[in-house]
Amino acid sequence: MALAKRIIPCLDCDKGRVVKGVKFLDIRDAGDPVEISKRYSDAGADEITFLDITASSEGRETTVHTVEAIASQVFIPLTVGGGIRTLEDIRTMLNAGADKVSINTAAVFTPEFVREAAERFGSQCIVVAMDAKKVSGAGEPDRWEIFTHGGRKATGIDVVEWAKRMVSYGAGEILLTSMDRDGTKSGFDLALNKAVSESVSVPIIASGGVGNLQDLVDGVLLGQADAVLAASIFHFGEFSIPQAKRYMAEKGITMRL
Amino acid sequence: MNKVAVIDYGMGNLHSVAKAVEYVGQNVAVSVTSDARTILDADHVIFPGVGAIRDCMGEIRRLGIDEIVAEVIRNKPLLAVCVGMQALMDSSEENNGVACLGMVSGRVRYFGNAQHDSDKGAGSRAGELLDVDGKRLKVPHMGWNIVKQTDKHPLWSDIEDNSRFYFVHSYYVELGAQEKASGITEYGVPFTAALNKGNIFAVQFHPEKSQHSGLQLLRNFLGWDGCV
Repeated sequence: MALAKRIIPCLDCDKGRVVKGVKFLDIRDAGDPVEISKRYSDAGADEITFLDITASSEGRETTVHTVEAIASQVFIPLTVGGGIRTLEDIRTMLNAGADKVSINTAAVFTPEFVREAAERFGSQCIVVAMDAKKVSGAGEPDRWEIFTHGGRKATGIDVVEWAKRMVSYGAGEILLTSMDRDGTKSGFDLALNKAVSESVSVPIIASGGVGNLQDLVDGVLLGQADAVLAASIFHFGEFSIPQAKRYMAEKGITMRL
Repeated sequence: MNKVAVIDYGMGNLHSVAKAVEYVGQNVAVSVTSDARTILDADHVIFPGVGAIRDCMGEIRRLGIDEIVAEVIRNKPLLAVCVGMQALMDSSEENNGVACLGMVSGRVRYFGNAQHDSDKGAGSRAGELLDVDGKRLKVPHMGWNIVKQTDKHPLWSDIEDNSRFYFVHSYYVELGAQEKASGITEYGVPFTAALNKGNIFAVQFHPEKSQHSGLQLLRNFLGWDGCV
């Protein structure tokens, strides 16, 4: 009897279409986030994260409709991130059917926004997303810094300190992405994950770098992640969600099978 | 036509539960409403809730939802979800102590250390909540956990015992001795995941987010006539 660790597929969407490509053999429309979300939910995904990378405001209207469509057909938790900057943005997404919103850049520029959001909507729906890069040199104790603009701009903020601060402001969960590992398929930054997970009381979602199923296991057992987020290994059909869950369960991790 | 009212008192996302009911229901009309007449006219009433209990109770009293709920449970089935379940109890430890509706006896407690102030955010000062192996447990309790059914209530119909449901909460219900749990979950401590009392069925987890098992529970609720 125990709480299961979670597997969360992530969909990157631009103007309501999934980008980065999803390759399922029997799917009609590989760009349709509704069809893909339904597919993942049926396969046993524990939650879905929808990351909106749409730049234009007209495009964001489309995103709201997409979230509505997903929420009326998929009955597992749905997190929406990307461009969440105001309380109104949060309200819009929750009303569309999102269960949680993920706040990234706006938290860095206006930390009080996280406090206001948690007070207004409750910590349970406020995820703070953090893009971390290792900044310590060889031989130095590990240190990671928060980066913005897709990992291009350093902020000087220490990741562990930032995580503690965001939790004290009311973040209910942390989505922790290693920008060093993102897209490399070389596994999560386990030391980063462990350092943050041990410093705060809220659940941590590990993200960035998954290349195989053992990486997911390591994220939980060595990185102390409460959930693991992955995109490409599932999108391109290299591994299925049931396969990932069975593998993790075989390694002694409690999963919802 | 099965009329379903989802009580809206301004606290958070009620659309998920309304959408899930529309998805499972046949010939249902769902209203998300705070209007007394609509709620009292419904065949089935859902009492949801998210966020901090003090704010929830404030709105429940301001809008007269307390009196409506009291009337509802006299003659029709009520499904309370998450903070909706907690609001039915005598009191909650959250926000330095808040009096609740007292329709079910018991109190709402924090996971871990009782010394806390949730105003500054869930779990920021969590005590050492430990699992059986002595490993530290995170607060909020977030994710899929096992619900052990402790009775044969009609709402469990066609749901396998020990199924997993989706939870997200930092506080849990500790029932008074005379009350009946319908389901128990363990998270550091065993707690009441579901309870029943007359026309009330209340769950700490989110059936609208618990995929097949949760949808089945909602389907069972729509087919339940209550106990009177």
